[in-house]
Order: sequence, then structure tokens, then C-alpha cells
Amino acid sequence: MTQTPLLKVNDVSKFYGSRIGCRNVSFELWPGEVLAIVGESGSGKTTLLSCLSTRLMPSSGIVEYHMRDGQYRDLARMGEAERRFLMRTDWGFVHQNPADGLRMTVSAGANVGERLMAVGDRHYGNIRATAADWLRRVEIEEDRIDDQPRSFSGGMRQRLQIARNLVTSPRLVFMDEPTGGLDVSVQARLLDLVRGLVHDLGLSAIIVTHDLAVARLLSHRMMVMKDGLVIEQGLTDRVLDDPREPYTQLLVSSILQV
Amino acid sequence: MATPLVVSEVAKSFTMHLRDGIRLPVVNGVSFSVKKGECVVLGGPSGVGKSSILKMLYGNYAVDAGQILIEHQGHLVDLAHAAPRAVLEVRRDTLGYVSQFLRVVPRVSALDVVAEPLLARGVEQAAAREKASELLAKLNLPRALWQLPPATFSGGEQQRVNIARGFITDHAILLLDEPTASLDATNRRVVVEMIAAKKAEGVALLGIFHDEEVRDAVADRVLDVSAFSPRKVAA
Amino acid sequence: MTDLATYNFAYLDEQTKRMIRRAILKAISIPGYQVPFASREMPMPYGWGTGGVQVTASILGPKDVLKVIDQGADDTTNAVSIRAFFQKVANVAVTTKTRDATIIQTRHRIPEETLTAGQTLVYQVPIPEPLRFLEPRETETRKMHALEEYGLMHVKLYEDIARNGHIATTYAYPVKVEGRYVMDPSPTPKFDNPKMHMSEALQLFGAGREKRIYAVPPHTDVVSLDFEDHPFEIQHFDKPCALCGAEHVYLDEVVLDDKGGRMFVCSDTDHCEDRREHGHAGEMLARQEAAE
Repeated sequence: MTQTPLLKVNDVSKFYGSRIGCRNVSFELWPGEVLAIVGESGSGKTTLLSCLSTRLMPSSGIVEYHMRDGQYRDLARMGEAERRFLMRTDWGFVHQNPADGLRMTVSAGANVGERLMAVGDRHYGNIRATAADWLRRVEIEEDRIDDQPRSFSGGMRQRLQIARNLVTSPRLVFMDEPTGGLDVSVQARLLDLVRGLVHDLGLSAIIVTHDLAVARLLSHRMMVMKDGLVIEQGLTDRVLDDPREPYTQLLVSSILQV
Repeated sequence: MATPLVVSEVAKSFTMHLRDGIRLPVVNGVSFSVKKGECVVLGGPSGVGKSSILKMLYGNYAVDAGQILIEHQGHLVDLAHAAPRAVLEVRRDTLGYVSQFLRVVPRVSALDVVAEPLLARGVEQAAAREKASELLAKLNLPRALWQLPPATFSGGEQQRVNIARGFITDHAILLLDEPTASLDATNRRVVVEMIAAKKAEGVALLGIFHDEEVRDAVADRVLDVSAFSPRKVAA
Repeated sequence: MTDLATYNFAYLDEQTKRMIRRAILKAISIPGYQVPFASREMPMPYGWGTGGVQVTASILGPKDVLKVIDQGADDTTNAVSIRAFFQKVANVAVTTKTRDATIIQTRHRIPEETLTAGQTLVYQVPIPEPLRFLEPRETETRKMHALEEYGLMHVKLYEDIARNGHIATTYAYPVKVEGRYVMDPSPTPKFDNPKMHMSEALQLFGAGREKRIYAVPPHTDVVSLDFEDHPFEIQHFDKPCALCGAEHVYLDEVVLDDKGGRMFVCSDTDHCEDRREHGHAGEMLARQEAAE
């Protein structure tokens, strides 16, 4: 295997005063790999996601990203301009609440096109065509391109948020409870869509979720967090079929069977 | 040529933390190998650990001790200790698995469920669907069902989708967990033929078959798993 | 005792003028960048040009000749009041002639006559932040300016085209200054945007309520934002000015009666008068003369 990791996380901790956000987390994320971080609320999974995606500075530890030029860069040492550029080109961030990731008062087309314009695309026709193509890929009718997301359902908004993130062909996407506020049937559609996109685009993704079914369907590998620590990690079906830690066994046994 | 699958001194137990941490030994000292073109059937009473062995070999269950050596692209990989992405790579290219039940993905058609392992290996979609169609036709799955997601299929129909998915690749090792359990006589015969074809291609097969007729038709030898049962050792 | 003795020259105290001049100097050094300043209460309400008045007061000297226009006109309330204000507090010469003025304070127009070296145009600015309507957080818009993240400005233009088929923004049309800062040219019609580019005059912008000053020094690149397939265009008028016959100037619509009668006349009153004095006559004027 000649590949190198996309993200190298080495001993990352985050403290809020004396309270622990997450502690001593190390792992590597490989190209095309989907990692699920599971655990209940307060387990530190969202703190960890924030530290990885530079939305928070870790108290200690290093997060390194494999840039397109082949160099590894310590994210904490990157300038803000470069970091923000990275975040809107090579990365995506899908928020649980689509309103946090969308501009609710501009049209769907402009929401998708914004990243293109941010990287210097100045041809209206091309931007619009690309936006239309992405709406189709996330199963939003093309005739909604000029509608504002305010008029969209929750599931549509979430799909629009995904399109907005993927339009610049990022290599790494962070997702924070992407199916959190959605109805079960809408969830299934979204999950399937994400699964297909991740596969087709060869994306790497880090997905925070408390829903083990989401982890099972989307991820190759998972980490279970409790009290800020990663207590168990491994291949997703291994962790779910043969959980080793008491807490993981509790989580797995708590799934409602349908 | 190396033996594609060698299992050596593998042990497995479950620790049930929710039940006061009691330890349930499953198997102990599991050692065997499967040669190219050979079909080994795991035998023994139910609950003796046959399915657990298959799941360890596929990486679904962790292993307490021992080695599971797979010949993967010219070198040996110990699946008992391999990193997750190495396991995934072995699954993609070398190690196939037909489980008892199909884990259905919402909205994906039966044809695409079957074609997916080929797509994952970079085969063109048209070619993959072509191959998937062949297999589904061979397994007598009504053509009307091919474009539907298998979630609503009957047990036997799902099973056939599952078999087609497992057999579509040219994996060198194939694990079969009761693939014929819910099939009728006609389709059982089709599966027996398909297994025979795999053997002829030099694929190493390891399976669990409760149906004696099928077992007798495909098995080169039967491995009695009771021999690895820790309860027996203790007795 | 003259009226002047009641006030410090040009109303503001010298310390305040120094502070504002420092802000102006900084603004000139960084074309298009919004410099915060400690805006003072002025004896007129916000929205009446308190920012422009403070800038004018700080650069005005006894020998300056001041012109004040509002929507191009010298004779509207805002222009008359501000002109009277500076006559009273600075006793400076005033004029309506563009070419005679050294300082021109303006609300919403740039004179038609090309400005020359040594002249200063002072704009009254209501909202200095061009990104405001798309990104309400000031902390974020400042960061966007600092990091030159201007994609959002094109989002606004995109929305325009998506809704109207063309860029429908007709005033306060965003520009990029010297290839760096995106700037709101104040609510001037986009017709005037090209006049800002490489102007020989100094252009100063004062926002009193928002406490910001920014500037375009002489000979500075000012480019209106656009798309490759929807290039920037200024307004075009079908007819020349009804009074002076001028073409290629910005016209105001004047309703004449309640039967749909209307005429289009120069918004720049000085320009129009000057042309008429020089014998140019538009359609309406010719008709009037014929009637007499």
C-alpha cells in the first residue's frame, strides 16, 4: 500500500479549564476512509470533531493534514487565511442544523455556488450549471434552484448543505450528527445519498453520531468515546458485532430492534 | 503456491460485561487450513462455534489468540492482528463472504447490491451490472425484482441476492454461512453448481451447510468444530 | 462680533480634526479600507451627512471653495443646509460650479464634469460595509476583508441575475479598489462608478453613524465587480436631457402632470445650467421658447 494518511492525529487533548473535553486521542485517517465517532452526549465527540476541523484549538497534541502539494501541515501552525481557504476548498463541514451551514436568505443555487465564487469562479453560466448539477445529485428538483432554503423541508436543507460542501470536490468532510433532526424515512434517504457520494467521490469523512445504525451504514471504522477518552476502536462491524468494552456492549445492547 | 488460508491456534471468548463480566469461552486451539480448489465444511452441533469461526475469519469478531493467515496479493496477512484498513483491503480483493442474512441498504436495487463488490474494485458499472444480471438469472431471481431494493424480498430471494453478491468477484477465498438455508431444491442445485465452478477455478471455500445433501455434494472434507470446543476440552 | 467667533473654525475642535485627519491619512494609505474613527455628534441628525460633514470640516481651510450637492442638485434641502452650515461656521467661499470648487461634498452623485487634480470629493455614506446585508456579523466581515474573502459579494450579484436575468443592482454597486479591498461607493448610481476609476481628484468617504472613514486616492484603480458573462454596464437613457440636450449623463425623471406627462432632466443641476448658458437646448426648452 503506497498511500499515506490524509489526517494524522497525535495525542490530542482539549480541556475546558479543569474539565476534560477529550483526552489523548490519536489516530490516522486514510484517503477514502469513513470514520464514525460515537458516544453519548457529553462524551467529547463533538469537542474532538471541533479540534480536528480547527474550529477549536486543542490544548495539546498535533493534528496534521496531508495537503494537495504532498506536504503534511500542522493545522494549529497554519495561518488563519490558509486555514479558512482549506476549510472552504479541500474540506467540508456538515452541521447538524442546516441553518448553521447554509445562507438561509439566498437561493439554493447561490448557496451551492458560493464556494465556487470564493475560489474565483466568475462565470455566471458555469456557476449556475454546476449548482444545478449538484442539486440533481442531491435529489433536489432543478426548478428549486432559485428558491431560498427557508422554503425547503429539513431533509432538503440537509441535502443542500451537503451539495454546498461538496461542490469544490473536497477530500475531507466533517459531519456532526448529519441526520440528527430528521424523520426516520428522511434519514434513510440522506444516509443512502451520503453513502453513494462518499463512495463515488472517494471522500474521506469523519462523522460524529450517537446513532449506531448511521455508523454501521456509513463508516468503515469507528471510535467509541466515553468521558473524553476513546475507549474502543476498530472496524465498524467488528466493534458492533463483537464489542469488547463494557460501555460499548451497553451501547450496542441498547439499540432498539425493529 | 502458498495455501490461501491458514488458521493457527485461534482462541475466542466473549466477556459479557453486562452480566457481571462472565466469560464465555467459544473456541480454543482452532487450527486448520484450506487449500486452493478445496471446499472445507465446518461440522458439529449448533452452538459449537461454527459461525463464530467464520466471523473471526472475516474480521467481524476479534480474536483472543492465534493467527489467521491469508494469502493476499502475494504476501501473507494475519487478519487476527491486521489494521482495519488492511482487513477492508483483504475483503475487497481476496476474501469473500456470503452471510446468512442480507444487510439491506435502503433504496439500492438488487442488481446494484450484487454489482457493488465489482464496482468497489474499479470495474465499469455497465460491465458490473452485466455480470450481476448473469448471476441473478442463473439463480432464477425474477427479472421484475432486479431493479427493486431487496428490503421487501422474501427470505429466499434475499438469500439469492446475497449469494450472487458473494460469488460475483474472483476472490481467492470464499466464506459461506448457510447460503442454501432458505432455498428450494432447484436453487440449491444451482448453488452447488456454482460452488463446484469456484472450486474448479481454484478458489478456497469454507462453509457451514446444515443441509446434508448440499454438504455431501460440495464438501471435500468436514472439519468437526467440536474438537475446538473448550467445554469438550474441560470435560 | 462676527458669527464666526461663536465657533471654532469649521465647528469641530482642533483635537477632533486632528483625530479625523489621522483617520483620513490612514484611509488614503490603504485605499478602500474602512478606518474606524471617533465620530462626533453633529448639529444635524444621522442620515443628513454627519460623516461627510466631519470629513469636510477636518480638511476645510479658509481659502477653500465649497460645493455641496444632494442627488446632483445644489438646491435641495440637504445641500442648502450643509452649505449654509459651513458658510456660518467657517465663512468659506461657496459655489455651485463644479470646476470652481476645491471641495465638493456629495450625497449620492458624482458631478458630470470630470474632476481634476487638487479637487476633493467628500461622500456621505450611510452604510460603509458592502458585505453587511449578506453577513451581518461585523467580526466576520472584518475578517473577510482582512483575508480578502470576497466570494460573498459575487453571491449577491449572482442572486441579482438569478432573480432578474441581469445584475439589477443600480446603486451602491460594489467595487474593488486597487485590486485589494471591496468597497461600497455609497448609494451613488452605478452610472457614476467609472468616474471613480483613475480619478485625478481625491475621494473621501465619511460614515458618521457607523464611525468609518475610507478613501480612494487620486489615480487609483476602481473596478466594478461583475461576471465574465454578465459584465458591468452603466445605465443608458433613451433620450437626452429635456432641458439642455445632454447625452451620456445621468437623468432624473420629473413628473409633469397627472396625465402621464414626464421629462428626463440632468440630475447634475450645475452641468445642466452650464450647458444651457452655452446655448444648448433640449426638447422641453425648445418647446417653451417656441411657445414664447
